[in-house]
Amino acid sequence: MAKAKKDNGHYISRQEEKAIAKYNRKMTKELEAKKHRKNVSEDTYLTTMKDPKNIVEFDDLHTYFFTDAGTVKSVDGVTFSVPANSTVGVVGESGCGKSVTSLSLMQLVQAPQGQIVKGSIRYNDGEKCYDIAKMPSEAMRQIRGKDIAMIFQEPMTSLNPVFTIGYQLDEVTLLHNPGATKEEAKKKSIEMLTQVGIARPEGVYDNYPHELSGGMRQRVMIAMALVCNPKLIIADEPTTALDVTIQAQILDLLRSVREKIKGSIMLITHDLGVVAEMADFVVVMYAGRIIEMGTAKEIFLTPKHPYTVGLMKSKPVVSKKVDRLYSIPGQVPNPINMPQTCYFKDRCDRCHTACEGPYPSVRKFSDTHQVSCYLYDDTNTKDNDSMEVAK
Amino acid sequence: MSETCLSVQNLKKYFTIGTDFLGRPTQYLKAVDDVSFDIPQGTTMGLVGESGCGKTTIGRTILRLHDLTDGKVIFNGQDLSKLSRRKLRNLRPQIQIIFQDPYSSLSPRLTVGAIIGEAVSAHKIVPKSELKEYVLQVMKDCGLQTHYYERYPHEFSGGQRQRICIARAIALRPRFIVCDEPVSALDVSIQAQIINLLKDLQDKYGYTYLFISHDLSVVEHISDTVGVMYLGNMVEYGSKEDIFSNPLHPYTKALFSAVPMPDPTVKMQRIILQGDLPSPANPPKGCKFCTRCPECMEICKTDAPEFKEMTPGHKVACHLYK
Repeated sequence: MAKAKKDNGHYISRQEEKAIAKYNRKMTKELEAKKHRKNVSEDTYLTTMKDPKNIVEFDDLHTYFFTDAGTVKSVDGVTFSVPANSTVGVVGESGCGKSVTSLSLMQLVQAPQGQIVKGSIRYNDGEKCYDIAKMPSEAMRQIRGKDIAMIFQEPMTSLNPVFTIGYQLDEVTLLHNPGATKEEAKKKSIEMLTQVGIARPEGVYDNYPHELSGGMRQRVMIAMALVCNPKLIIADEPTTALDVTIQAQILDLLRSVREKIKGSIMLITHDLGVVAEMADFVVVMYAGRIIEMGTAKEIFLTPKHPYTVGLMKSKPVVSKKVDRLYSIPGQVPNPINMPQTCYFKDRCDRCHTACEGPYPSVRKFSDTHQVSCYLYDDTNTKDNDSMEVAK
Repeated sequence: MSETCLSVQNLKKYFTIGTDFLGRPTQYLKAVDDVSFDIPQGTTMGLVGESGCGKTTIGRTILRLHDLTDGKVIFNGQDLSKLSRRKLRNLRPQIQIIFQDPYSSLSPRLTVGAIIGEAVSAHKIVPKSELKEYVLQVMKDCGLQTHYYERYPHEFSGGQRQRICIARAIALRPRFIVCDEPVSALDVSIQAQIINLLKDLQDKYGYTYLFISHDLSVVEHISDTVGVMYLGNMVEYGSKEDIFSNPLHPYTKALFSAVPMPDPTVKMQRIILQGDLPSPANPPKGCKFCTRCPECMEICKTDAPEFKEMTPGHKVACHLYK
């Protein structure tokens, strides 16, 4: 039995277990202490943006989870930026690190086991530029919910069931504008509820979350995110729990909201259709790394990475006939023992000898379009796959 | 088209939501209200609709996991709703179900072999001595490696678990399988694997599926006939080609236009429905869709439309079509 367990890679001996626990304690203690520093001067976390037009820049971000079975590299060197007035879509399957990337930006990664280990997240608030990865959590509280707001996946569980909608909305105003009175907060909340298309805002103001439908709750969540006029809204799978007709309403709302607040949206989803419709830029993630990124047109019309191509071919599309769906064989590798090679190697149908080498570096096709794959080492190679999908 | 495998006639399922002080029901929730359809042997019928429209209730009522309020479910010439428990038990192996959530539908205390083999031995599908061999064969059919036999469900990912659920269902050599959102909880690349598996098994063994899903693209891919449901009623029914290339009911049109296309160059003419699904406990009078319908007329608010055949095999319930 023990041998069988060893084979499947889950087995760790008592000794190894101890060593892992010791290492985890050391690492998390160190990083937690850094986060909870008091009275830190601003200079320690001020930086400059690479491009002042961006709102957020992720630079070589590493977020690890120190678990009992070993270190899970959820986000392993992610670099991309969110320009002002645009929507960036982050796509990938579950467990690829797309949610953890956004949680890192909010400093909401499950602590103490989840920690930003390396890299920086630069945030530009118009005058100053902060490095969120270095910020103590006290200072972060000023930004979170005010300049950067988040809409979560489950509208059912992200509202507090024991408080009225109005109370929860007022809280945001009262917290971030210390001078505001209760009346002002109520006025603001009702204005926000009207803005997200709720028909009887005064009624909903006094309702409890369970009295509303899923679509209405998601609207309330969006209203809550909008209260402080954020510069960036992170929408983490905002429509996954909703029906298609309601999804269409919510996407429409998000689009109009973006124009109103003149901010950016970072849209995290696994639905390629939603991304195609909403996003200007697309980032495709696989096993904690970015494998391809570019503008929506580049990604959908000329996808380069075999994974992106496979993902697009495996999703049936209404009014497009295929006899048999393409399916990417196998599964995502075990996140604790990632191979040294390309993570997609074992599932790739265009794998060749060069793929045995270390993780492929980034290759650029245009200013925006870049891929990590050995296929394009020789730039003469024609991309047959992308043609196939484009037709 | 060959003989009919399953025929559902005027199926009604009401849940009691209010009783008077003697315990007599006073208020009903009409989860399924007068739905009829036939599924020919060896084909797949897709059932689409928003959450709360009664798709799952239909699936479960067919299996008699819920007892129906009125109507008939005829399988193999027998009315399932009138069978005694014992007779139904004998029929059970022939009608199987695959549930939506592969995480909660497998017992965490049984090994994969035991999960798949349990019903096989209970229904004496194969002699005891051949049980293990038979289970291994079924596992191979479903793309599971044979050394998984001794493992427990928690060791598997969602896609593998769904394969175990499928293996459990087909191990009984069923004729008819209800697939209740079998791919909704899975990632896109795994979805494709499971859909292909279901299709391969159908080609190999001639199963009949009732495929319940809210994902229209998946339903289009797998189904031969499609039924569209809204608030407990079937609003449109027809062959896949009819429904997808020529949708008649305004709800079907809106539903199709709401599906996002993975192509940034296509700008869809979207019909955005206003408002939410009304509460099924208190549905609107007349046509149930009248509160959200973009083409609502006066008659819709008072009279419920009939379910009429427009062209052979294509039925619709709407006042727009006389």
